[in-house]
Amino acid sequence: MRTRIARGYRRAVATIAALGLVATMAACGSSDDDTNSASAAVTAEGTDDGSELTLWTRAPLELQAKALVDAYNKSHKNQVKLTIVPNDDYVAKVGAAAGSGDLPDLFAADIVYVPNWTKAGLFSDMTERIKLLPYADKINQGHIKAGTFDGKEYVLPFVLDLSVMFWNKALYKEAGLDPEKGPATLDEYKAHALAIQKLNKKDTYGTYFGGNCGGCGVFTWFPMVWASGEEVMDAEGTKSLLDGPAAQKVYSTFRELQDAGAIAPAAKDDTGATWVAAFQEGKIGVMPYPATLLPTAAKTVDVGVAPIPGVSAGSGSTFLGGDGIGISKDSKLSDQSWNFLAWLTSEAAQVDVLAANNSTVARTDLADNQYSAKDPRVVTVNQVAASPQSKTPFAINFQQAFNAPGSPWVTLFRNQVYGDAGALAADNTAVSGVLGQ
Amino acid sequence: MAPATTLEAPPEGAVAPPGAIRKRRKPQLAGWAYAAPTALFVLIFFIVPILLVGQMSISDWGLFAGNRGINAPENFTKVIDDRLFWPAVWFTLKYTVVTTVILLGLALGLAMLVQEASRWTGFLRTSFLVPSALGLASASLLFYALYSPQSTPLKFLGIDSFLGTPSAALWSTVALIVWRFAGFYMLLLLVGLQGISGDVYEAARLDGAGRWQTFRYVTLPLLRSSIALCTILCVTGSMLAFDQFYILTKGGPDNSTITIVQLVYNMAFFGQNNLGKAAALSILVLVALLVVNVLQFRGLRDKES
Repeated sequence: MRTRIARGYRRAVATIAALGLVATMAACGSSDDDTNSASAAVTAEGTDDGSELTLWTRAPLELQAKALVDAYNKSHKNQVKLTIVPNDDYVAKVGAAAGSGDLPDLFAADIVYVPNWTKAGLFSDMTERIKLLPYADKINQGHIKAGTFDGKEYVLPFVLDLSVMFWNKALYKEAGLDPEKGPATLDEYKAHALAIQKLNKKDTYGTYFGGNCGGCGVFTWFPMVWASGEEVMDAEGTKSLLDGPAAQKVYSTFRELQDAGAIAPAAKDDTGATWVAAFQEGKIGVMPYPATLLPTAAKTVDVGVAPIPGVSAGSGSTFLGGDGIGISKDSKLSDQSWNFLAWLTSEAAQVDVLAANNSTVARTDLADNQYSAKDPRVVTVNQVAASPQSKTPFAINFQQAFNAPGSPWVTLFRNQVYGDAGALAADNTAVSGVLGQ
Repeated sequence: MAPATTLEAPPEGAVAPPGAIRKRRKPQLAGWAYAAPTALFVLIFFIVPILLVGQMSISDWGLFAGNRGINAPENFTKVIDDRLFWPAVWFTLKYTVVTTVILLGLALGLAMLVQEASRWTGFLRTSFLVPSALGLASASLLFYALYSPQSTPLKFLGIDSFLGTPSAALWSTVALIVWRFAGFYMLLLLVGLQGISGDVYEAARLDGAGRWQTFRYVTLPLLRSSIALCTILCVTGSMLAFDQFYILTKGGPDNSTITIVQLVYNMAFFGQNNLGKAAALSILVLVALLVVNVLQFRGLRDKES
């Protein structure tokens, strides 16, 4: 009896051990390099044969991503399955999947991370396919450029997120400012914020910014430098130019506003979790703001919209942010995935889905459409998107230098607003140090 | 299967001399078999990952790029040269000392308070222990709302900013941890306290010992092993602090509250995307923890003997 049991155990143990071995081997990922059998005929439309596609994006774009996927699924045989990942976990999730070869067919990426991700080879080459689109040269060039690596194009714009100046018309009226005219220069911005502050309303402040949020600073302050005709980095994205005269003017503007008490105190600790909240509650006079949130903010506040101004008056600028999207290196359905991307850049998606939901269109030839005609603020946003001073910054080490918590850029601008303003040269060298790695 | 085995069994036993040896060996084998499932789990979920981390720590291993070959000891030198490494070590040690002292002192006080049976004991014990039922991440989110200037109900305290300065951020986080864990350590110490026989206290009283003397010369020595256990748990936990800082401060303001584990996470997923470097730092933390634990266990054993 005893031996029988022992043998039974031994067998069981052996089976478990064998299973375990298989599992470990599978987990270690036999890297079967199937280089997406470049199908003979690359077409502009791709294939719509009822395949199931997977698509990942991060939570801030949930609204637009859901609207796009729903519209596509209704009108196509292919079905896209959407996965929304919390913003802070997105890089980790994509990284883990890339390591084990489990990336979804399609995935979006914060456009500033795209250079790093194309360099790491996460996307498949779409150069030929993009060329086949009749409107290829009308697609937002900031995103296309960010998605180009070694002359090959990997990424199309998914959702555009632009920064523009928002102001609260009711507070402007109260402060005796013209509610129809936003700030055209940095000095006007400062004057307007101070005027709102002078109202001395409880819990109401002149302006706000993400004081401990690198991404917010990039998104709202870089355009001020561009609008002044200067650059934030060299063309290769390896050297920081954030100690230039225009950048210094930006810092001194915010420092003076801080000294005058015109920046809400909560701004100092804001890691980006709540930097848009106070304006929506009607407690902020004027601030640079994400254009994608216009529909949300307009529900509670009478919002005015203008391009982000520079040192002197001009056409203004914006940060061509948002997410780019590409076909992953692991996708076995690249023709089907391309069908989604081709549709995404078509008029049906850009106007009937994105513009209808008050999002910015990613094609210059569609900037004037029946939806933007209804709201002049949307026209303003679409126009500034096409301005030559509106850019998407390009750097391989962008995340580490600017967006990461505790990045050298966060140290730089916090010193400029709250700390030792004399540290600029050293802080700027630290940013360059990370960019040039 | 079964009949075949039964048929096979007797002949084995029939051959006398070798069978005797085999019989002795079989229980041994059976013993191994009993232990095997556990051993296998330890192997798959502990040994293999550690070996993998070890391999990563000596390789050029990017988050997206994967393994690009061995580059030892570059990851380790890079970690030690990292501009946030020494501040993170220093902050983690400071946080560990502060938390351990406050938490154990308070837990001991609470344990003494609820030890005696009174009509409030049940209520007190429950209310101290309830925070332990909340996950650390949820508790951190709760305190995030308490501390956020936009939603705080604590304005009457007259504190400008709970997370705005380095020391405010440290103490605000310590307050969260004390609130969350005091009940748990109280429970551990309470078990120790109730293990002390009433006779000892009676003897001390007969000898004329005062309250302080009883505590100093009776309670504390007899509670030593419980306190040591709590210290080990608390020190280890504090050295691995992550959730509370990740949610409350993200390492801010001005990188003043970055702990070692946060630095590991940042190296792997925030910007540098360098798994090799993160693994090297993890190995360093593992070694430091082993050393600390060995020292603590040795101290504990010396006292017991």
